[in-house]
Amino acid sequence: MTQSVVVQVGQCGNQVGCRFWDLALREHSHVNKTGIYDEALSMRVFGRLCACALYSLLTDAIASPQAVLVDMEEGVVNEILQGPLREVFDSTQLITDVSGSGNNWAVGHWTYGSAYKEVIVDQLRKTAEHCDCLQSFFLIHSMGGGTGSGLGTCVLKLLEEEFPEVCRIVASVYPSAEDDVVTSPYNSVLAMRELTEHADCVLPVENQSLVDIVNKIKHMSYSGNPGSMIKKDTAIISGRGGVSGAQKPFDAMNNIIANLLLNITSSARFEGSLNMDLNEIAMNLVPFPRLHYLVSSLTPLYTLSDVSIPTRRLDQMFTDAFSKDHQLIRADPKHSLYLACALMVRGNVQVSDLRRNIERLRPTLPFVSWNQEGWKTGLCGVPPVGHSHSLLALANNTCVKSTFMELRDRFAKLYRKKAHLHHYLLVDGMEQGCFTEASTSLSSLIEEYTQLDATKTRMIPDPTRLNIAT
Amino acid sequence: MSIVTVQLGQCGNQVGLEFFEVISNDANDRQRKVYSECTNDRFFSETSNGDLVARAVLIDMEPKVISQSVAKAVKSGKWRYGEHSYFSQKQGSGNNWANGYCVHGPRHEELVVDLVRKEVERCDRLAGIIAMMSVAGGTGSGVGTYATQCLRDAYPNSFILNHLTWPYGTGEVIVQNYNSVLTLSHLYQLSDAILVHENDTVHKICAKLMNIKHISFSDINKVIAHQLGSVLQPALTGDSNGVYNKNPLAELMSGLVCHPEYKLLSLCNIPQVSSSSMVYSVFTWSGLLKHLRQMHISNTKMEEGIDWQVRAPCLQSGGLERTKSHRRKGFNTSLANLLILRGKDVYSAEIGGFQDPSLYTSWLPAVEAFSIWKTPVTFNKYEKSATLVSNSQALLQPLDYMVGKAWNMFASRAYIHQYTKYGISEEDFLDSFTSLEQVISSYSLL
Repeated sequence: MTQSVVVQVGQCGNQVGCRFWDLALREHSHVNKTGIYDEALSMRVFGRLCACALYSLLTDAIASPQAVLVDMEEGVVNEILQGPLREVFDSTQLITDVSGSGNNWAVGHWTYGSAYKEVIVDQLRKTAEHCDCLQSFFLIHSMGGGTGSGLGTCVLKLLEEEFPEVCRIVASVYPSAEDDVVTSPYNSVLAMRELTEHADCVLPVENQSLVDIVNKIKHMSYSGNPGSMIKKDTAIISGRGGVSGAQKPFDAMNNIIANLLLNITSSARFEGSLNMDLNEIAMNLVPFPRLHYLVSSLTPLYTLSDVSIPTRRLDQMFTDAFSKDHQLIRADPKHSLYLACALMVRGNVQVSDLRRNIERLRPTLPFVSWNQEGWKTGLCGVPPVGHSHSLLALANNTCVKSTFMELRDRFAKLYRKKAHLHHYLLVDGMEQGCFTEASTSLSSLIEEYTQLDATKTRMIPDPTRLNIAT
Repeated sequence: MSIVTVQLGQCGNQVGLEFFEVISNDANDRQRKVYSECTNDRFFSETSNGDLVARAVLIDMEPKVISQSVAKAVKSGKWRYGEHSYFSQKQGSGNNWANGYCVHGPRHEELVVDLVRKEVERCDRLAGIIAMMSVAGGTGSGVGTYATQCLRDAYPNSFILNHLTWPYGTGEVIVQNYNSVLTLSHLYQLSDAILVHENDTVHKICAKLMNIKHISFSDINKVIAHQLGSVLQPALTGDSNGVYNKNPLAELMSGLVCHPEYKLLSLCNIPQVSSSSMVYSVFTWSGLLKHLRQMHISNTKMEEGIDWQVRAPCLQSGGLERTKSHRRKGFNTSLANLLILRGKDVYSAEIGGFQDPSLYTSWLPAVEAFSIWKTPVTFNKYEKSATLVSNSQALLQPLDYMVGKAWNMFASRAYIHQYTKYGISEEDFLDSFTSLEQVISSYSLL
């Protein structure tokens, strides 16, 4: 069984990470309802042994999950240490400082990056040594702030240097247009450059989409129709508190990202008739090294609690996965070009159902000419908690271009006026050149996607085959 | 003589499990002492307390599938896998042929060859080795190809049959066409014969003939296992003089693979019905053989939807030269065929239709090209069962499609960086494309 290490950086990264561990333990305890500790377990992927009294498992041994928590101010990490997960983490996994990065990418990347480089590398190496077989690193951070964005990308570079063969999967939260951090465009674009160069796979997530999904679910649950009552604990946004239970403000949104990570690793943790490992995801969905930004969507969002209503049909689930409302970034993949698509199905679904839906949806989706049948599929036998089946769709689609273009525009607006630039340039190691390079890198990335888009309407003739003398 | 099976990757291990289930059930069916003994000797070894242990080696780069297979075998109660006959690693090959072939293969070469050697040493006499794998993934295809190479070096005089499962045309793995092209081009040099099953075809059989509503991979694998079993179970052949054939692999190869350029074998089996309809079905040999013949020449793999318009061309008297006009569209020309009949009244079956020279290519006389095995023992509960193993143009179209798709992707160099980082260069790709175009060309000209 392969292991993954989760590295959570910054306030957003740590809050999402927290939700992730919470949900992972919940899934783990759900699958082991009998309370009998079973060796070949789902949690082996994320921790050596992971039993926790709160989740009514045998308190055989409590050892830490493979995680490294980094934050340059103490507030968030302290909250974790006082919350229900306090028994799960131990103090060596936390790397903190006091004053924070002041929403400044340069401070996060250069100042804290060089100051904490040794400590971070040390902790990473220790964590990696505990793993039998380390397959991937999950980095969770946001792009708009200072620590998550700056120090996070510095950590990414370190991961590439120290562990070049281990897959680096990054879940990045992109700021929405009405973000309250003024310098978020600078931070995001500077971070983008690092992601393009050093990550194997990036799963961009936009706050606005998460808000929309949360609102949709809340609307469903508050609409009061008896037929639309959502079963407790099944909504994709519910943590231990449930959909309407007391939750901290961003918890609902963070639970969505946490579910995303859980579903990606489900095939590595549970049995299935067609396994899909993490390295297979990177292999199949990244046709060109720089184009590794994957649009994700999760369905279903909830299960209705009224059992007399037939459960959402399987086919509906597949259709939803491609609809604009279920994507985790604000984009419409159906109207852009697909380079590749992966479907990870969990639950009691057979290969014939999968095939039927692929055949049904295929004509409605525009695929690039050289990858007309570009589907990667995986079947995992165990569904997530509260559902009978679920689907995660990961697509390498040119619609990410729109997110990047917006980012570039916001960056340009600020940079034109040289607004706030002095905060960055004062930092040791940072120069104006960094800005222009980052902007160029983003532009060329957008250009690559545009070129591929252009092939969408053109009729590309098949290249001529090799001729054999007879 | 015994056959050692090497199961590689998820598909190879899942198919292998179903295969051993089928043959062990078949052998235990009713009192057929000599038949059972022959099966047990061929595929199983007996321990001191009477347990049947499959002569198989299970190889995968991740542990889940192997542990499932081993557990299921034990559950069957009739046979099991050897306690030390498997090898697995923690991390898979990531659907990357280059990773399987260049990294995992060489890294574990010694262990794998050692496991196979132990299994071979348990056999009194080795008939040959069957390697089961898929071509779409990373382990079955990449590690499987490397393993075949090692086994070829270790056992230069034994027969090696590769059983390949081709993926669905509409994709299970995005880079499946690359992996398939690389696998096939390499195996063509290493293997003695390549027996192919396509997921699409078997899926249709499950849907139309067996009436399974929600087809799972287990259903597909059971059909594949049934078809394989009908070939490899004990049979009475022309050379075996009244006893069950000693080496089915040798006879298969000598009958079908008469030229090194033509190694692709396909299977056609009739009847295929769901177990519930079996009780109500009555078959006659003439009906079965007529359908089988038409299935073969029109290249349909099941009894439904046969195109009866496709006819064999009429050869001119003394016609040795097959001119273009005789190559009717849709007609499947064969190089060689092997017909295997099992069941009741087998000796009354009229097989003249298969000896017709117009089915075969002009440069091999029909009497050489056709062989038949007739066994009066029923197989897998079917009262009458007929299988045609054929070296023909049946796989030409799927192969051409696969190479075309791969070439299309290669032209834009998509995903190539994933292969070059493990050591497979663009030249290697071009070599593989060239050798497969050669195979396609040879088969088209039959």
